[in-house]
Amino acid sequence: MSDSLDAYLVLAGVLFAIGSFGFLARRNAISMLMSIELMLNAVNLSIVAFGAFIPALGAQGSIIALMVMAVAAAEATVGLAIVIAIYRNKKTPLVDEYDAMSQ
Amino acid sequence: MGAVLGIAALMLLFLGQDWADALFWILSAIMIGAGLLVVTMRDIIRCGLAMIVCFGALAGIYVLIGAPLIGAAQVIVYIGAISVLILFAIMLTQTKDAPSRLVFQTQAVPAAIASVVIAVVIALAISSTDWQATEKRARLATDKMSAILFRDFVFPFEIVSVLLLAAVIGGVFLAKREPGGPS
Repeated sequence: MSDSLDAYLVLAGVLFAIGSFGFLARRNAISMLMSIELMLNAVNLSIVAFGAFIPALGAQGSIIALMVMAVAAAEATVGLAIVIAIYRNKKTPLVDEYDAMSQ
Repeated sequence: MGAVLGIAALMLLFLGQDWADALFWILSAIMIGAGLLVVTMRDIIRCGLAMIVCFGALAGIYVLIGAPLIGAAQVIVYIGAISVLILFAIMLTQTKDAPSRLVFQTQAVPAAIASVVIAVVIALAISSTDWQATEKRARLATDKMSAILFRDFVFPFEIVSVLLLAAVIGGVFLAKREPGGPS
């Protein structure tokens, strides 16, 4: 089981689905950011699995995974800064009370 | 006593199997379970701690695939940096009544159905595709990988460093208090 590409890809797909559920269903903005991190990790797992099991890719899969990690760190920084800036004005972390653009 | 019995039962369960398979099942179960806890628990600080567990199990899976450097980077970047950042943001933004209020949006049930459909479609697509993969995972040598990273991928590497600098400056700019603005 640990020697088949399909197992790792299905695992990544399940983790991606969990993350998408959290992103769609949670009310808290930081919960949504955590779900985005789960989805990024799922994609990273599939990239590393492709790199390890497909010989034509060689080490490039792992290097792309490292790049994805750096971009995820940048995304978390900016996203959390935006959430904190909104929290300072609206006094709530719940996204369905952010209705300034519909008024 | 119970722990000993549990470990004995686990060892019996995995007796006929390869150790790599056993590790794969255990780490996948920890990762999926912690991921489910992240999206369903009510107390958001516990969600953050479950996310750390999920990332740790994923680092173990990276090592199992044969990319130990990626596993180490996962521990340093995700567990060491991003989780701490997220926990700090949680502690900065939680009000007293937040945990007692509704956790999910009204569209939680359609979202659950949609994500189950996503998982099933992804699994079907994976199983019906011939990836031309080898049956043996290739163990990645760190020196070979660093040679490729600093020779062929040196331009993306520099771009990523500029991106990180821009993200740091942007984060400080977005989160800083305006002088005389709302405190």
